[in-house]
Amino acid sequence: MQQTQTVQEEVQLSAPAPRLGRAIVLTSGKGGVGKTTTTANLGTALANRGARVVLVDADVGLRNLDIVLGLESRVKHHLLDVLEERASLDEALVPGKHSEHLFLLAAAQSREKDDVETSKMKALILSLRERFDYVLIDCPAGIELGFRNAVAGAEEAIVICTPEVAAVRDVDRVVGLLGNRFRPQLVINRLRPNLVKKGKMLSVEDVNAILRLPLLGVIADEPEIIVTTNRGEPLALRKDTPTGAAYHAIAARVAGEDVPAPMPAAAKVTILERVGSLFGGRRA
Amino acid sequence: MIEFLRKLFGQSGSSATAKERLRFVLMTDHLELAPELIEAMKRDLVDVISRHVEVDRDKIEVNFERQDSALAMLANIPILSINRPNGSPTLVPAESVRPPIAANGAPPPRVRKRRKRSTKKAAGTGSAPAPASAAAN
Repeated sequence: MQQTQTVQEEVQLSAPAPRLGRAIVLTSGKGGVGKTTTTANLGTALANRGARVVLVDADVGLRNLDIVLGLESRVKHHLLDVLEERASLDEALVPGKHSEHLFLLAAAQSREKDDVETSKMKALILSLRERFDYVLIDCPAGIELGFRNAVAGAEEAIVICTPEVAAVRDVDRVVGLLGNRFRPQLVINRLRPNLVKKGKMLSVEDVNAILRLPLLGVIADEPEIIVTTNRGEPLALRKDTPTGAAYHAIAARVAGEDVPAPMPAAAKVTILERVGSLFGGRRA
Repeated sequence: MIEFLRKLFGQSGSSATAKERLRFVLMTDHLELAPELIEAMKRDLVDVISRHVEVDRDKIEVNFERQDSALAMLANIPILSINRPNGSPTLVPAESVRPPIAANGAPPPRVRKRRKRSTKKAAGTGSAPAPASAAAN
């Protein structure tokens, strides 16, 4: 019995690879913490490494991922067209601007989250896993049906959290809902190291003392992110910037490479700040 | 002067406040999301207290509230009778703060007992069981 199985495995290995890609849902519970930005940047960085990546915008009714990727004018068909068989997957997949490895499956803008059938979504993600190395699913905010559909086909989860009480609370709730099956990993977004240093913002340690999740990396709150989003060109395209490099480090860690989790450093203190710190800089 | 300069340079440490609020909100969230935990605690509480007095199992209320820097559990456990149903007096501890119990099973002087972790005003809710019927068992 054992031997037959091994033989079968060998036969499978020699045949053209039916290997499934990884389906990872990016979620947070709370809105506005940077799920879409992180999905776009992580996808860009993974594709830049040579992996075949598809980004699925599961935020039906509030399509955004196309904007962040600068692909809004190229979307002809969307997720629900595919699920309801009005368009084939090939017709609906939008190739990325900057990488031949990156594709987008946009959300339907004129429909509602309840229009998506969970079983069909699951089947779609599975068929995407047959074609791509990574299927990144951009989950809508909330924990209702939209969340459940986004999570349905995923096998892993990345949770995005900002250093704020409400965001940490929502991530805590989402992680509770996900359970152990998804082995959630954490990205802390919008950290302002200088504020942390002054004791005015929760630190990475504060956040993860509560969440206790494997940390993929920390992204600073940089004006650059706003600028690149305005242009529809994810910052991960610019590896030379600290934040671009941070996304690449996160991608490497997702891919299983043993690189340190990116951690933004506080800016050098000015003389004025140094004087100020004499009068109370010890508060952490 | 130092305080003024501190304010000027904004060293207020609001992250400590955030941490504290987060800790509380998560404790209460987790309690809210685990009704079975509260039920289990209620059950165990009643089991312990029932060793000494007869309580009204159906009217027990358990609440949680923030008291300064701790989360307090407030249990409202109506006592029906001080005598155990089988009348064994040995289980009442000698050093008990309660008044001595009449041997004939007379109505207890206090029919309501409020248990809590910290000393704070007890805002009683619900109606107390009638002592007469309680004693009649």
